[in-house]
This record gives sequence, C-alpha cells and structure tokens, in this order.
Amino acid sequence: MLTVPVETQLLFAGILFFLGLIGLLVRRNLVFMLLSIEIMFNSAGLVFIIASHHWNQPDGQVMFIFILAVTAVEVAIGLALILQVYHHFKTLDVDKINKLKD
Amino acid sequence: MNIFFYIAAAIAIISTMMAISGRNAIHSLLFLILSLLAISVVFYLLDAPFIAALEVIIYAGAIMVLFIFVTMMLNIGLEQKQEKQWLNPRMWIIPSILAAILLVDLMLALRNMPPAVAGVQQIQPKQVGISLFSTYLLAVEIAAILLMAGVIGAYHLGSQKKKVLHRFLEKK
Repeated sequence: MLTVPVETQLLFAGILFFLGLIGLLVRRNLVFMLLSIEIMFNSAGLVFIIASHHWNQPDGQVMFIFILAVTAVEVAIGLALILQVYHHFKTLDVDKINKLKD
Repeated sequence: MNIFFYIAAAIAIISTMMAISGRNAIHSLLFLILSLLAISVVFYLLDAPFIAALEVIIYAGAIMVLFIFVTMMLNIGLEQKQEKQWLNPRMWIIPSILAAILLVDLMLALRNMPPAVAGVQQIQPKQVGISLFSTYLLAVEIAAILLMAGVIGAYHLGSQKKKVLHRFLEKK
C-alpha cells in the first residue's frame, strides 16, 4: 500500500502545475505555450486522482476522464489555430503576433 | 511502495523541467511524453490502473503524437545538423537514463504489489463506468457535444482556402 502522506502527493501535483505555469509565462513560442497548458491540465487531473484515492471514491476518476475529453478538444482546436497562425504570419512568436489586423 | 512514488515523481518533475526549458520542440515533446509516463506510474501506485492506461493511450499516445505531427509539419525543429545532433550522446543520454529508471521502478512496483485482499478495496474500472453512466450521464452527454464541436471546429480551422480562380488568371 502507498503510505505517502496526501500532502506530499498534492505537493507533487502543485509542483507540476507551477512548472506548467512558468512555462506558459516564460516561453514565447505558441507550441510551447500549448504544451504548458497540457502540463497544467494533467496536474489538475492528478489532483483528482489523488482525491479519489484519498476518499476511496470513483468520482475523481470520472472527472479525470472528463478532463481527458476537454484536453483532447483543446489540443485539436489549439493546434488547428496554430497552423492557421503559422500560415498567416509565418512565425509562432507571440510577441510578433500582436496585431488584430494587418 | 513509497520509494516508487518518490522516484516516479522525481522523474516527472525533472522531465517536465527539461520539457519547458528545451530549445528544440521535438526534444521537449519527447521529454513531456516521459513525464506523462512517469505520472502514469504514479496513477498506478494510487490504485487507478484504468486511469494509468488511459494516460498512456490517450495522452502519450494520441495527444502527443498530434503535437509531434504539427511540429514536424511546421518544421520548427532545426533541420540543419540534425543528424549530427542525434548522434551526439548528450542529446539522448539523459532521457534514456530517466526512462530506464522509470522502467525499473515500474517493474519493482509490479513485483512488490501485495495480493488482492478482501479488506482493502481498490476502485475498479467497473465502478468508474457505473458512476460515469448513472450519476454523471448528463456530463457525458455534454462532453459528447464538446467533442463534436471540437471535431467541427478543427475541421473548419484546418481546411485550406479553396482556389476560385482559373490558374491562368492567378496573380503570379
């Protein structure tokens, strides 16, 4: 049986979330920003699984499946938008994509 | 069992740090896949084997492959000297070591798994499925609508603009 205290498990999820947040704030490449959002989604799901294990209820795992569906949709739309942005601007640097019209 | 959790957590954190700090998009994606595999080991240790399988199949299998396809389509990675970089041990030694540690971790965790006893109850996938299709039925339908919208949106955004002019009338 896993006897790691639940605080440590939540700390692990929190570290992953903040790594994703740092990546989102620091990187200027759109692909890396989407990747950081993925990391944050995943750590949120990890918190659900930890809670599910802690309370011994299946609800957390159900929520993880919903997070999975939302993530899949988000990635599909986000990558399609990235492709369009790249075709239009020929760059993925968000500092250069700051015009609403050109 | 605890040491396996700590090893997997350390690998997840290290490879996530490498993923968000890498220069090359493909290398970052591969590090992120390693991180997802480590988190899947954590899920397994948290008595959620079904979710661990979903993490590997959907996250590492489908979503990351989509990322890699788009990255390769956009040619973000450095094309020149790529072969030389691949042959450079500095490029593959860290991920290989991390992945090997993860494999050993998983194998030892599987070996030390206590036999299923009656007192300790583990959440079974069956229980998750029953809960999913009874309590959360409305949420499943909403997720289905969301996926449908995602498919239509991705198709619309991904479609190329159609040519309307004859090729002789095009501006060069």
